[in-house]
Amino acid sequence: MFRSLFALLRRDLTLALRRPQDALTVVGFFVVVVALFPLGIGPDPEFLRNLAPGVLWVAALLAVMLSLERLFSDDYRDGTLEQMLLVPEPLGLLVLTKTFAHWLITGLPLVLISPLLAVQLNLRADEIVMLMLALLLGTPILSLIGSIGAALTLGLRGGGVLIALLILPLYAPPLILGAGAVDAVMHGASAQAHLSLLGAMMVFALFATPWATAAAVRIMLD
Amino acid sequence: MTFESSGLADRKLRAVDLAAERGERRLFEHLHFSLSPGQLLQVSGRNGSGKTSLLRILSGLSRATEGDVFWGEERIQSIDGGTGSCLGYLGHHNALKEDLTAEENILIAVRLGGGSPDRDSALSMLERLGLAGYEDLPTRFLSQGQKRRVALARLLLQRRPLMILDEPYAALDVQVIDVLRSSIEDHLAQRGMIVITTHQSVDIDGDCHSLHLG
Repeated sequence: MFRSLFALLRRDLTLALRRPQDALTVVGFFVVVVALFPLGIGPDPEFLRNLAPGVLWVAALLAVMLSLERLFSDDYRDGTLEQMLLVPEPLGLLVLTKTFAHWLITGLPLVLISPLLAVQLNLRADEIVMLMLALLLGTPILSLIGSIGAALTLGLRGGGVLIALLILPLYAPPLILGAGAVDAVMHGASAQAHLSLLGAMMVFALFATPWATAAAVRIMLD
Repeated sequence: MTFESSGLADRKLRAVDLAAERGERRLFEHLHFSLSPGQLLQVSGRNGSGKTSLLRILSGLSRATEGDVFWGEERIQSIDGGTGSCLGYLGHHNALKEDLTAEENILIAVRLGGGSPDRDSALSMLERLGLAGYEDLPTRFLSQGQKRRVALARLLLQRRPLMILDEPYAALDVQVIDVLRSSIEDHLAQRGMIVITTHQSVDIDGDCHSLHLG
């Protein structure tokens, strides 16, 4: 079983490497959106520092959302998704593997580049560590929840906008907890509650969303 | 070599009282047939008579409006490991990744299916279908007919007891049609089963049955 899941993971990563622009656009979008904020609201360092957690988190979830449409649509168009229904493994696990590849390609780079942008917004070292930690727990949730939206909009016209409408409201809890964790450190409080809840949410999403996504894929391919 | 190893071999494929609808329109109803190992079923009918819908139902990709499909005594929805463990399906899409080479496409599909990839047999299958020299090219550089051949090579290497082929001859040239015909005859001789739709009449040596829709 792990052999076929590993083959799928390797396939998705190989495809991403052969077409690096897809992953780079997501990171580029994240960088540009965050960089625009100081231009819009002025260079006051203290003010930027207060806004930073929210700005970084909103930019991250918009960037992830931007990439969701491609999660299944390429495979849907060329028929490989159909063949995946015929793979003798549970579809939920295949979907989970694809979502994991999606996170490696889009979520992880966002986590890795966030310190650079955090410095730009005048965050201190301990706040930056917390930001990375929160993003590390939060971005998988974004990919997992997003996979449901990506599956439900397969083959629809204007699917991208529909994903945004379906998924953005569901992104509110990780946004509140993730930005809250950095805020807590900023104000000298403990961020443990935020992180625990984020972790719990990730575990829940890990077990619940792949089956919902698999059901959606089956329905959309019927 | 036969298909004993899968534990799913030597079972009949039976359709019981099948009916299908597409957008409120009845395509067919009260459809009964059974297929034994070593038999081929050619499905014919006009455009829009439900050939593809029938094939998708048989492969478990779509659900029938009424009726059931059985593999032996089991309903195909409840087969352990899904219908993919007993059948291979080639639809209108070739299901190839354009950025991967022909060889990579095939090896990944075999690995996904739980088989151990064997580079030599993949290469010899590609050569048999006239693709020698093309195995290292990303498939986006191949012509329609060549892509179809890669998809056929993948299907033949999966070695499932039942092969479901939707218009396999589309875009193929005469030589490849001959190779495909002999592959089909081999498959039947090894007690495999085949369900096929085609507009051409391709005479195949073996136990052939036909089903007309519409």
